Amino acid sequence: MSRDSTNLAKQSLLATGDISEQQLERMMSGMMSRQIDRGELFFQCIRTENWSLEEGLVKNAGYSLSKGIGARAISGEKSGFAYADDIRMGTLEQTAGAARSIAKLGLEQQTQIPIPTPIPSFYDDADPISSVSQDDKVTLLSQIDAFTRALDPRVVEVSVSIVANHETTYVCSSDGTNRGDVRPLVRFGVSVVVEKDGRRERGSFGGGGRHGLSWLYENDTAQNFAREAVRQALVNLDAIDAPAGPMTVVLGPGWPGVLLHEAVGHGLEGDFNRKGTSAFSNRIGEQVASSLCTVIDDATFPNRRGSLTMDDEGTPGQRTTLIENGILKGYMQDKLNASLMGTTSTGNGRRESYAHPPMPRMTNTFMLAGISDPEEIIRSVDRGIFAVSFGGGQVDITSGQFVFSATEAYLIENGKKIAPIRGATLIGNGPDIMNKVSMVGNDLALDTGVGVCGKEGQGVPVGVGQPTLKIDEITVGGTSV
Amino acid sequence: MNRSDLSVDNRNGNPIPHTVENEEALKTFITRILDLAKQGGATAAEVAAQDDVGLDVKVREADLETVEFCNNRGFEISVYVDQSRGHASTTDMDERSVNEAVQTALAFAKHTASDPCSGLADADRLASEVPDLDLYHPEELDVSDAQAVAEEMEAAAMEFDPRMYKSDGARVGAVSACSAYGNSLGFLQSFRATSYNRMMGVLAKDENGMQSAYWYTSARIRDDLDSAQFVGATAASRAVQKLAPRSLATGSYPVLFDCSVAPGLISHLMSALSGRSQYLKSSYLLDSLGQTATTRHLTLKEYPQLARAVGSRAFDAEGVATYDKAFIDAGVVSNYVLNSYSGRKLNIPTTGNASGVNNLTVEADFEPLANILRKMGRGLVVNSLMGQGVNILTGDYSRGASGYWVENGEFAYAVDEVTIAGKLDDMLKNIVAFGDDIEKRRNIRTGSILVESMTVAAH
Repeated sequence: MSRDSTNLAKQSLLATGDISEQQLERMMSGMMSRQIDRGELFFQCIRTENWSLEEGLVKNAGYSLSKGIGARAISGEKSGFAYADDIRMGTLEQTAGAARSIAKLGLEQQTQIPIPTPIPSFYDDADPISSVSQDDKVTLLSQIDAFTRALDPRVVEVSVSIVANHETTYVCSSDGTNRGDVRPLVRFGVSVVVEKDGRRERGSFGGGGRHGLSWLYENDTAQNFAREAVRQALVNLDAIDAPAGPMTVVLGPGWPGVLLHEAVGHGLEGDFNRKGTSAFSNRIGEQVASSLCTVIDDATFPNRRGSLTMDDEGTPGQRTTLIENGILKGYMQDKLNASLMGTTSTGNGRRESYAHPPMPRMTNTFMLAGISDPEEIIRSVDRGIFAVSFGGGQVDITSGQFVFSATEAYLIENGKKIAPIRGATLIGNGPDIMNKVSMVGNDLALDTGVGVCGKEGQGVPVGVGQPTLKIDEITVGGTSV
Repeated sequence: MNRSDLSVDNRNGNPIPHTVENEEALKTFITRILDLAKQGGATAAEVAAQDDVGLDVKVREADLETVEFCNNRGFEISVYVDQSRGHASTTDMDERSVNEAVQTALAFAKHTASDPCSGLADADRLASEVPDLDLYHPEELDVSDAQAVAEEMEAAAMEFDPRMYKSDGARVGAVSACSAYGNSLGFLQSFRATSYNRMMGVLAKDENGMQSAYWYTSARIRDDLDSAQFVGATAASRAVQKLAPRSLATGSYPVLFDCSVAPGLISHLMSALSGRSQYLKSSYLLDSLGQTATTRHLTLKEYPQLARAVGSRAFDAEGVATYDKAFIDAGVVSNYVLNSYSGRKLNIPTTGNASGVNNLTVEADFEPLANILRKMGRGLVVNSLMGQGVNILTGDYSRGASGYWVENGEFAYAVDEVTIAGKLDDMLKNIVAFGDDIEKRRNIRTGSILVESMTVAAH
């Protein structure tokens, strides 16, 4: 695809504030001085619409518009950052002036904004909000509610939601960056409560990506999410107490890749490694995982939730090998940390919005497929658990300690799944656990598009993925000793 | 709207605190938006608007690392067309965007379902007078002053112990917030509030590896903050205390939630008592009014109108007057946490908690931490929790934890990479001691909490 997202984004954002190209160049020049290495102006407009149903009623419909400018001035390791909630010349001047106050005043340097070079796009720029009419959204929510309730008489509560985002960004920087992007992002989710003999359990499922909403009508997508939510909830009605202590754990394909996000992903972000605060600092070239593991961060999958045509610093989205056959190959970088570490950005400079400064963040992080048959992996376990769905995870970058919380898991005995177990947290240390990966399935899958990654208070959409994995030993946080 | 209505002068970047005029501007704006909604066919409407300015300065390794100027503005509107509701918000106060938001909310209200419980708060619940809670104490926000405090805090941390390895940054921040709320019943009120904070992140290192920790202080008045020296030294002492962690044998042990993580335990209880989780039948404490939910030694009250406190507010997000009340009275549930909507669903008047709980305070027989540790003898003290493993519907609790092991009532060694698991219902009913180390920085005011027994899984 070679649409001109840059001109589209730039024109629509600058036009809202009657800002001309000449004024923009004058602003950039004004931000620069002898002490400033790089000045950056970021323009953004995000429109979001969400619809939700609970108790059989479409109770909530909301719209939000977030529009503004973020200005950054960087001098060595220092950065000044300011933002404003509108796009117009006066505000732009104030904001850029505030950011620049990080360095003492010096002479202005002339800055010219070059002609943009087109880059391939990984999604359509069509507005997903208008891809389905308001009437049709309401109808779909009600249909899925009725469909879900009809799936099983034990379903007692159903909630369904649709969220669509349309984001336009433009970034220009004194390093010659002049690039814009138009990003769609949608999400659909179904959550149910089931009840049997007074016991209640929840099941939730959803998905989405950088595309329009018509995907919900294709291949029964919406109905399949509902089926999956009900299935998970019913499984949990029969769950027994989870075991406690170290044991063998098999992780299913897809979303359980949250393991990689927590166990290695965050620890390989450039900022922690530049500062030397990560458990992976100064370990490039070392064995940090079993030789079966190759872990990649890839922003270039078409239409994926974590995909980016360009990152929020205007660097094209790319595929970065983090770990290859167990050896640590590289970190994920934004411009600031890359330049301080003497390397180049890997297109991982992301920010929640114009009101947040960019930092190194993941896109779609996954492990390449191995050779084992998933059934054979389960058969190889004498006693352990098989976890197929997770609520989320968290990591302590410095110690490498991480957790992730299973929402659907089974006890395995003598190579067979014997019973579902209650939700339990798994805990381990990143480098240690990755060295205990002893089998990797041939069934690589990416998640359905639900992940939000939080770091220093900023949330960004991400993807994860993996094949079925066997970890020889990890601590399972159940209640049954 | 006139653009100058909400703009805050920030010449040279240093944000200027708000004036009464800023409050009046917000109120004028709200009146205009309510009129706009009415003209567009709304039978009722409510608008909240805010204008916050702030400064956040971070120092790392004795040098300025980031200076951030914050300027958050925006408004949100709910419109009702009979019993149907539409909602919109925008950060862009430009005339065109404001109109678009109002018109979109009106259009949405034509598509949403008619819900007999929806609507504004009942008129007789709205705050008729708004006391001054003494929340506004503006100071000149200056980068070099903030930098000096941050440098002092970092130096205090790094000098604390020879095992201090790196600073993860010293942050000093200040926010001046101006908020207003109005609805078509004629309610229109505003208030200003300041908050100041200092935070230190630090790494300690020995031959066993690195550990990180942080500490912070926050207050409405800058002089009420803990000193930079204290915050730096506390962060450092917590990092050093985590060094050389060991594991445990998997088993059941007494678990003490220290004062930094105990508020989380109380917040899970409040989630289970929220009106929404009650009417959606997604709480393990379903229909629990008048039932025992915790040890009878615990009373849990909110004091929303405490002068100068972090969680104080005179009216909630619907304009309903806040008031003192118990949620747990000697172990028994005495109130749910309700707004107007969840109240109507449950046929109970709103409790004025549309903005959550305010200055929720544990009342119990407090004991000094040292006494509690002696009483515990041996067990696990948790001072850091990880992950999301709390299920309010079932009460299942399983989270990653670190802290230290106590033997003979004293610190024995650091512990990490363990999980603690149990049932919330059992945990709260089997609290055996409350510490007097009350956390007043938080909206939930509790000291350490000792739970008689939980399953601890370790490697």
